[in-house]
This record gives sequence, structure tokens and C-alpha cells, in this order.
Amino acid sequence: MSLTLEQVQRIAHLARIEISDAEALSTQGHLNGIFQLIEQMQAVDTRGVEPMAHAQDLSQRLRQDAVVEVDRRSAYQAVAPEIEAGLYLVPKVIE
Amino acid sequence: MINASLKQLSQALAAKQISSVELTQLFLDRIDRLNPSLNAFVTVNAEKSLNSAKAADARIAAGTAGLLTGIPIAQKDIFCAEGWRTTCGSKMLANFVSPYDATVIRKMESEAGLVSLGKTNMDEFAMGSSNETSFFGPVKNPWDQARVPGGSSGGSAAAVAARLAPAATGTDTGGSIRQPAALCNLTGLKPTYGVVSRYGMIAFASSLDQGGPMAASAEDCALLLNTMSGFDERDSTSLDRPLEDYSRDLEKPLAGLRIGLPKEFFGEGCDAEVMAAVRAAIAQYEKLGATTVEVSLPNSHLSVPAYYVIAPAEASSNLSRFDGVRYGYRAPEYGSLDDMYMKSRAQGFGAEVKRRILIGAYVLSHGYYDAYYLQAQRIRRLIANDFVEAFKDCDVIMGPTSPTTAFKLGEKAADPVQMYLSDIYTIAVNLAGLPGMSVPCGFVGGLPVGLQLIGNYFTEAQLLNVAHRYQQATDWHQRRPAGIE
Repeated sequence: MSLTLEQVQRIAHLARIEISDAEALSTQGHLNGIFQLIEQMQAVDTRGVEPMAHAQDLSQRLRQDAVVEVDRRSAYQAVAPEIEAGLYLVPKVIE
Repeated sequence: MINASLKQLSQALAAKQISSVELTQLFLDRIDRLNPSLNAFVTVNAEKSLNSAKAADARIAAGTAGLLTGIPIAQKDIFCAEGWRTTCGSKMLANFVSPYDATVIRKMESEAGLVSLGKTNMDEFAMGSSNETSFFGPVKNPWDQARVPGGSSGGSAAAVAARLAPAATGTDTGGSIRQPAALCNLTGLKPTYGVVSRYGMIAFASSLDQGGPMAASAEDCALLLNTMSGFDERDSTSLDRPLEDYSRDLEKPLAGLRIGLPKEFFGEGCDAEVMAAVRAAIAQYEKLGATTVEVSLPNSHLSVPAYYVIAPAEASSNLSRFDGVRYGYRAPEYGSLDDMYMKSRAQGFGAEVKRRILIGAYVLSHGYYDAYYLQAQRIRRLIANDFVEAFKDCDVIMGPTSPTTAFKLGEKAADPVQMYLSDIYTIAVNLAGLPGMSVPCGFVGGLPVGLQLIGNYFTEAQLLNVAHRYQQATDWHQRRPAGIE
């Protein structure tokens, strides 16, 4: 398998990473090298093998539906690139 | 004092032979002097460190100190620490001052009273095996400054090896504690998945990431793991188990220990002199009363391919949070919201991080999910099952940590696949979720070699025992690089 330049540009868009034509070209070479390594998996017969998502077979814990955190909104917002009146500022989305 | 064990430092502090402020200043002075060439620390804040040391001295004077209170430690810059710049080795977080503490930081500093000396350099978002992907430049290996310290916890490894800190924290997703420990002559432990809380530890691949100690000896690692581990409500994968004293079995004799030697780790692919050092270590274990048995991990050759599907898939999801809105880097110029995301991420992430995000986005995308992501998870199961079978015949598995000693800066940087293969012996352990260690076991051409120990789930105390008894019989772990006095 090898990725086309268009596929590289498409996944970069899916991942919301701007990519120039020159970067896409060098990335294509690297990714195809990596996928060559990954392709070794395809020769393995895994029929009937249960996928393993996690090292421990655990179900998600539930906690009491109670307030346990203190309000630290201003401390958390202080690290934002741009805020105003307690809101995160981004370019206009709706006209 | 700079070469003292944690126990010796603890005794010196308790006996008032030295104060925590004096001890902290001693290491801060060493950082001042030696860090400009090594680049092991990315952030130092002497005032903050000395304030913590004063608080530790007050606890010692009041008689409320714990065993490690007042001892300085280096923290990998992947752990969020309140009021400390926390960068994860990335431009994306180059100006991020954390508003909260990771659980590991809270336990070690607020509870145990360890004193943070600063934050150590690392591969960007822990993605690398040489520390060369850091936005803050590569770290030099104190054993040979033309060589890499390993990665991703390369700053922590170099800091402890050059005695800029008595010990450090690391994290290990595919070998990031064990491989740099091997390349810098340290003892490093990756615990069983779920033993150390991941809360506040910036996520790379959540089903694999695990924090652990890096230090000069197994005894030091045991004392550190005692402070780092334990159930945490705030980590949904933290394991609710009784607390353990990981130092309890350190002195146990090794007579009757069954060592499994996977035939796949002793074939081709490993440097011959590295292999000779590993075999000599195993012979030493036989002298200590252990027996060896050949075991097999028939799917281990698939661990690197499976890992480079699973880890990037999880990373692409985890790193989607970096969008230039709530924290982290935002591009200076942009048009629409989408353009702001695309430019902020393009400028904030380095090349290796972008590659892994793209691999992850691809293997999770429609039409490829079954062929790549599910296939990798099925292979992950086969790899974990191999260990279950192997541990029927042995108590601990041994082999090399890394196929080579430290390689030269730049040697593998241009070829991601060559770099990925540096972790050929360590990755399977993360996929299975098992505990693993690296222990110094010799030198090749003046460069350290690490012996890897792999245990069954929750056998950290036994692994530390196995490492400690070896360290009582050998002095490899006490060797220090030249030129760091």
C-alpha cells in the first residue's frame, strides 16, 4: 500500500494541520516508509482473536453524582490565548 | 553527596548533616554549571525550588517529615505542575504555565515532600527515542556528548546520569523510561499499566502511557515508586488496589528464581557486544542461584508495527485538544476558525508529532479502521497472550533493553523507521501492560548497556528485588561518566 499525495493532503485536512505542497511531498515519503513497516501485520491471520483495547479488562467506574471540584474557572482561563468577559474568543463562525 | 543514594540523603537530612536548602542549592549549582552543555533541563526556577526546600526543612524540624522529604528530584516536563511552565517538549506549550498539579507531582511534592529542581527536556509529546524531536533542542548523553541520551525521557536520564539531580521521573509509552535508562547507565522502572496515575500527565497514547522512576539504583526506584503509585479517582484507568511497599522484598535471595530467555530476543538484530554484556549479566544471575529457561514470544516481531498503529491512533485523538482556543499556541495570523486551527497546529507541532497525528487520522478513517486499527488490536492480544504463556515457565523475563548503545546525534533523525526500531525490545511490554525495568549491566566502547527485566502483572516488588540483588553483586550502576565532577 502507498499513500498518494492527495491522500496525504486529505488526512492533513482531517487532522486540521495546514500542509504545503513541499511538506506533503516529504511527508508522503516518510508515511509510506512507516506504512511499509505496518504492512507486516497484514500477513497475520487474526480470525477469532478478540481485539485488545486496553491492558486491564475493567469496566468504567461510576462516581457519586455530587460536586467535588472547586470553581477554578479564572485560573484555567488565564492560560487561554484570548478571552473576554469569561468567554474564549475565536473568529466569527455564524454571520 | 552528589553520588549519595536516596536512603543516604534521607539519613543525612534526618541527622541534620545537611539541610534541604543546602542540598537543593548544591544541585541547582550543578545545573547552572553543567546544563548549558547537556540541555537536560528546559525550566529551572531556583526560587520555587528553594521555597519547597525551606518547607521541607520545616517539616524535618517539626518531626513530620517522611522518608524522602527534602530530597531534590527532576520532573519530566510531561507532568503538569502548578505555577511551573509545562511544555511537553513542544512549541505548542512553550508558554503554558500549568494551573494545576498532576497527581504524581502532588504525591511526590505536596505529600512526600520531595523538592522539584525543575522540568526536564523530552521528545515532543514523548514521541521519539533520542530526545531530538524536542522543540528545545536535543539533550546530550553525559557519557559522550556527541551521542543521544535516548528518549523520550532523555532529559531526565541525562540529568540523573550527570548528577544534576539524585533521581527523576519519566514516562514510558513504548520504552521511554527503559531505553534512556539503558543508554545513560541508570535504573528505570515502567510499572504495570494503572499503578501510577496519569492525571495531569500530558497524554500521548492513553492505553500505553505509564509514569515511573529513573534513578541510580533499584533501591532508589523502589522508594520513589512508593511515593508515586496508588489509586487515583481522577484517572479512570487507575487501579484500585491496596498500597504496596515496593522495597519490601529487596533483600530476598534469588535462589530458585526462574529466568525466561525469549529466543526472539537472542537472535539477530542486536549488536553482538551488547548481547555479550547481557549474557554476562545472566551468567551472574546464575551465580546468584537463578536458573534459566528458553521461552518464546512468537509475535514479538509484530510489536513495532502494531504499536505504530495503536499509539498514533490514540495520539491523533488526544492531540486534537490543541486547537489554539483554551490553552497553548495560537498562530499570530489567521482567517476563519478552521484556518486558525490549521495554522496553529501546523506551526505549533513539530514534524514527528505531525507524522504520528497523520498516521493516526488515517488508520482511524473510514475504510481503513478494520484493516489497521482493529488488526493492530488483535495483534496486541496475541502479543499479550505470548507473555501469559511464557510466564507459565518463568518468574521474570530477561533480554537487552536496546539493540545498540547510544547512537550519534543525527544518526537516525532523518529516518523515522530506523528510529522506531530502537524500541524493538521494549514496545511489547507496553502493549501487554506489564512492568519492565532496565538495569545497568556493562559497557561497550565506554557506553552503557542495559539489561531488561520484564515481570508478570503487579510484580514490581519482585523485579526490584531481582535488580537489587544484582546491584549488590556488581558495580555497573555505580559508574559515573567522566567530566561531571
